[in-house]
Amino acid sequence: MSLPSILIQLLNGLASASSLFLVSAGLSLIFGVTRIVNFAHGSLYMLGLYGAYSLIEALGRTPLGFWSAVILAALVVGLVGVAIEVLVLRRIYRAPELFQLLATFAVVLVIKDVALFAWGPEDLVGPRAPGFGSVEILGKRIPAYDLLLIAIGPVVLGVMRLLLKRTRWGALVRAATQDREMVGALGVDQARLFTSVFFVGAVLAGLGGALQIPREPANLDLDLAVIADAFVVTVVGGLGSLGGAFLAAILIALAKAFCIGIGTVHLFGTEIVFSKLTLVVEFVIMGVVLVLRPYGLRGKKPATPRTSGEIAPALTSPRWQVAACWMVLFLVVPLLGDRYVVVLLTDIACFALFAASLHFIMGPAGMVSFGHAAYFGLGAYAAALLFKRAGLPMEAALLLAPFCAGLFAVVYGWFCVRLSGVYLAMLTLAFAQISWSIVFQWDSFTDGSNGIVGIWPSAWLSDKSVYYYMTLALCGIGIVFLWRVLFSPFGYVLRAGRDSPLRAEALGIDVRSFQWAAFVLAGMLAGLAGAAFAFSKGSISPSSVSIGQSTDGLVMVLLGGVETLTGPVVGAALFTWLRDELARDTQSWRAVLGLVILLIVLLFPQGLVGGLKALIGRWREARA
Amino acid sequence: MLTRNHLFTGAAALVALSLGGPAGAQEPIKIGELNSYKVFSAFLEPYKKGWEMAVEEINASGGVLGRKIEIVSRDDNGNPGDAVRAAEELLSSQKVAFLIGTFPSNVGLAVADFAKQRKTLFIAAEPLTDKIVWEAGNAYTFRLRTSTYMQTAMLIADAVKLNKKRWAIVYPNYEYGQSATAAFKKLLSAKQPGVEFVTEQAPPLGKIDAGAVAQALADAKPEAIFSSLFGADLAKFVREGQQRGVFKGVEVFNLLAGEPEYLDPLKEEAPEGWYVTGYPWSEIKTPEHAKFLAAYQAKYKDYPRLGSVVGYSTVMSAVAAIKKTGSLDQYKLITAMSGLQHMTPFGNVTYRALDHQSTMGAYVGRIAVKDGKGYMKDWRFVDGKDALPSDEEVRKMRPAN
Amino acid sequence: MSAVLQVEGLHKDFGGVRAVVDVSFAVDAGELLALIGPNGAGKSTCFNMLNGQLAPDSGIARLGGRDILGMSPRAIWKLGVGRTFQITATFASLSVRENVQMALYSHAGKLGSLLQRFGAAFTVEADALLDQVGMLEQATRLCGVLAYGDLKRVELAMALANQPRLLLMDEPTAGMAPRERVALMELVARLARARQIAVLFTEHDMDVVFSQADRIVVLDRGRLIAGGKPDEVKANVNVRDVYLGGMA
Repeated sequence: MSLPSILIQLLNGLASASSLFLVSAGLSLIFGVTRIVNFAHGSLYMLGLYGAYSLIEALGRTPLGFWSAVILAALVVGLVGVAIEVLVLRRIYRAPELFQLLATFAVVLVIKDVALFAWGPEDLVGPRAPGFGSVEILGKRIPAYDLLLIAIGPVVLGVMRLLLKRTRWGALVRAATQDREMVGALGVDQARLFTSVFFVGAVLAGLGGALQIPREPANLDLDLAVIADAFVVTVVGGLGSLGGAFLAAILIALAKAFCIGIGTVHLFGTEIVFSKLTLVVEFVIMGVVLVLRPYGLRGKKPATPRTSGEIAPALTSPRWQVAACWMVLFLVVPLLGDRYVVVLLTDIACFALFAASLHFIMGPAGMVSFGHAAYFGLGAYAAALLFKRAGLPMEAALLLAPFCAGLFAVVYGWFCVRLSGVYLAMLTLAFAQISWSIVFQWDSFTDGSNGIVGIWPSAWLSDKSVYYYMTLALCGIGIVFLWRVLFSPFGYVLRAGRDSPLRAEALGIDVRSFQWAAFVLAGMLAGLAGAAFAFSKGSISPSSVSIGQSTDGLVMVLLGGVETLTGPVVGAALFTWLRDELARDTQSWRAVLGLVILLIVLLFPQGLVGGLKALIGRWREARA
Repeated sequence: MLTRNHLFTGAAALVALSLGGPAGAQEPIKIGELNSYKVFSAFLEPYKKGWEMAVEEINASGGVLGRKIEIVSRDDNGNPGDAVRAAEELLSSQKVAFLIGTFPSNVGLAVADFAKQRKTLFIAAEPLTDKIVWEAGNAYTFRLRTSTYMQTAMLIADAVKLNKKRWAIVYPNYEYGQSATAAFKKLLSAKQPGVEFVTEQAPPLGKIDAGAVAQALADAKPEAIFSSLFGADLAKFVREGQQRGVFKGVEVFNLLAGEPEYLDPLKEEAPEGWYVTGYPWSEIKTPEHAKFLAAYQAKYKDYPRLGSVVGYSTVMSAVAAIKKTGSLDQYKLITAMSGLQHMTPFGNVTYRALDHQSTMGAYVGRIAVKDGKGYMKDWRFVDGKDALPSDEEVRKMRPAN
Repeated sequence: MSAVLQVEGLHKDFGGVRAVVDVSFAVDAGELLALIGPNGAGKSTCFNMLNGQLAPDSGIARLGGRDILGMSPRAIWKLGVGRTFQITATFASLSVRENVQMALYSHAGKLGSLLQRFGAAFTVEADALLDQVGMLEQATRLCGVLAYGDLKRVELAMALANQPRLLLMDEPTAGMAPRERVALMELVARLARARQIAVLFTEHDMDVVFSQADRIVVLDRGRLIAGGKPDEVKANVNVRDVYLGGMA
């Protein structure tokens, strides 16, 4: 790269960093005060772009029209944020940690379909910023608007800092970020504080989006594309630190720009295509940062490591009579239903084990994973590769695959258990994304984006019912094994380590080692679920390692209830069945699915099974 | 203590499951369709309108084999796992005669393999991947649309004519972009020895860092660019490239960029002079297209996109196969599909017995702007059969079955 | 009697602030030694160095011939040390009995089992310990719902599960009613004498300190300013000035 090229790529990186910073700052602010991982933040960004597009069309492509549209769009998005907070989140603040994530996930689905309905499926290319042409720097032309964006980032950072330092609102936000309980103690109207924080956070997301309208078309994929980036920036910077977010946004945007700028390099006879690294570079950066600095670049260790004020209820094991009834049902249904019911139940069995294995580390062990698909997908790929490339019999591939997934869990887990809370969750995500990008791009070995086809079970399993019974047996044993372990000394140690790491250490317990072992165990069983899934489909593709698959797992666990044993299994069944059922109406299934989840969230803030248990408990009390 | 409730909810769920697919009357012929409607809606909404119109036309003219046809459509969520399940549901519960549809390569390939396993006809409407008829081809899978290789081959003649030495390449980092790039490099090198590919950029699909990519391309000082970007990536690339003067004095070739789905959003910024494949719907005057266009505009008060043509033609292929077969027997259906000829808005197409690829052609031309809108000028229609490799090459790639 | 814990020249700076300066003392088996001093005197710093939370700058703390300074809390437990915390730390989602069982399992080194039922072992032993601290009736309640004073008792039972040579108790009676405090420390004293456990504790409540401690050491601004039997300490002029005087 020549010097001018380096300079221009530097400017490109800084310009891209600006919007990324705005979105991340909003996310960080909201998380800091409310401890909500706002999955819908990317949707707010997307609405910012759509809003700006429509408003510019309405107000005219003049400088006045453009800038009023950008500001108005940001404010409108702020109101959408307020609506989300008031209508949905406010009702579930007391729910177990992360349950709000489920609600915001549902909001994503709804907003996406609303946007599709309102603006149509076609990409909407906004106008260039009026009055901004191109400028020439060292003989190269770049859009003048990029220079403006470069300036906006620090300006917003400065304004936010002033707001936080000089106003009473800012003092409250800072206090709440440090210690949420303290704000309640200060006698502050918590609801109003949260609403206002959501407003500001959403305005920042909307502004970040609206400012992008001259640079990227409004389209329906923006929400998820942006949310992952924003999470990464927030965590790399350190939760709650605006300066950190700014730094991280610049670091990541520059890294991307330079990967592109460097292009293809020949080193020691091998060709390294840096531009392909843009797929994963932010996750690599996040991984490295979290390993070296467990609380991000500028983050501080949280004052109190306690996760929430509410204690987790004790786990109760399912009664054997109940389990037996279910078992009989599962065994009999294939005889009654048609072939498809069997196929759906096979999926449900795989996902139930997947969700149960996620629940194993997430609930009792208190280690939330945003990247559990890594083990599901790597198990599936291991099965496919052992079968196709190594030529093993299908049965051997199926049984060896969990150990391959487990190997990855050994490596990833070793790093992950050194962190806690959201940082841990994000490191799992980083590993999952790195795995995904390797699977996605290693064409000669994994068949890249196409995935591997032609991985069908052996002849004796080729009948769907037989395969179902085998899957039911494998996954059932897996789930029962996990449940059993939770009531063993090992399982109790995990709960103890979650409740009070301090006490556990003082009792001579090496909590980390137990957590690591749990991680590996969960990874292996997720791998088993993935392998069984792969052979039931006959093919496997990178989407089984993707963020979407990880999110599905989280949704299943939360939907059923993270604090019950059967919750994840019920959640997996319900979610799989719901999606299958609703997707038949191709027009609006996503919004309907979102609304159904929202309904469940609002009616059963402990998850479905948790909620039902509470209901039955109340009914019994009333009768007694 | 929860026995009764557990049992009840469980039973209810399971009953609901088993009632999911009504084993209804056998009156209409059911065809199963699955696609990633929510993931690639820009292309697939017009596609859906296309097949809905086809169904209406067929049924208005008395259906086929004396029965009406009915499309049972499912959203596969852009995910092969979901797609295979949906396909199973269509076959087992809905009792469809066979399968059509799919958009992304990985879903197409997964469903193709599933079709082989279930010994069921599958007409892949959209997926562009060459593998679906070649390396991963099978007896049961047929593909309608002009493939990546074919579209690339259609542009080669113009590329060779320009005789540019230094080429830069940009493509979305997944199957379609990769195989387009590979095909282009292979074909151009063969026709124009000594050509040099000076840089390659592979941004992730939907997440191009357009400024940096455009700059990196410009830094390599190419005389021409070959791009297979589409959708939002294309729009971003065009804008950044134009603002940075990247395209000045540089010839650009871009697959698909002339399709209204991707060209129309660019409006007045449509990049003039680019060589593209696409669909100049307003200028095609063949009787078969005129008829299609009139019907489409009358029904939807909107103009068709390329997806509309694909959706319409896919159903027409399916119906033609049933007509030729005279039954719904899978073996007879795939026999009928091999070499099947029928009319589409793009003229007559043939599903080649050799590799099950249809000879549907595509329009090649250059982008121009008029009245603040992009359109294709100097276009010509290239028949698909002229853009395919030799039979011998195909035989080498395709497994025998 | 030989000292169970022998601390010599304990020293800790926090960025120029001398938190603990050259502190030395010893605790004998069966003896209750109170470490007292005004807020900020360095009691907690001392404690955290002895229990492995904090690395000292210099000093030695010999427990049965081994220097425990700089060891992890885990290693210190394995040498036979039991702890209670200033702010109680128990496993909130486990029952009282299970909390104590956890300590017993750890003491026996049997936590690794995957398939054995947790409840199947150490119940009798746990109940015996709970009986000793007066918590047997509440054995099945979750620790998360217990009153503060009861949690302190559970912590004591957990510490005793280790069959400790040494008990480190940071503010063992904080948050309890005055009558409860004396009762708890009487219990500790009884157990310590019966089992020959050395007890080192900090305490704010001077009634508790002077009625229960066998000996007292007094810290002020990081330094040891007095030590001896309760009567001697009470009579010490220095102590009166910096501490007792202020409180009277």
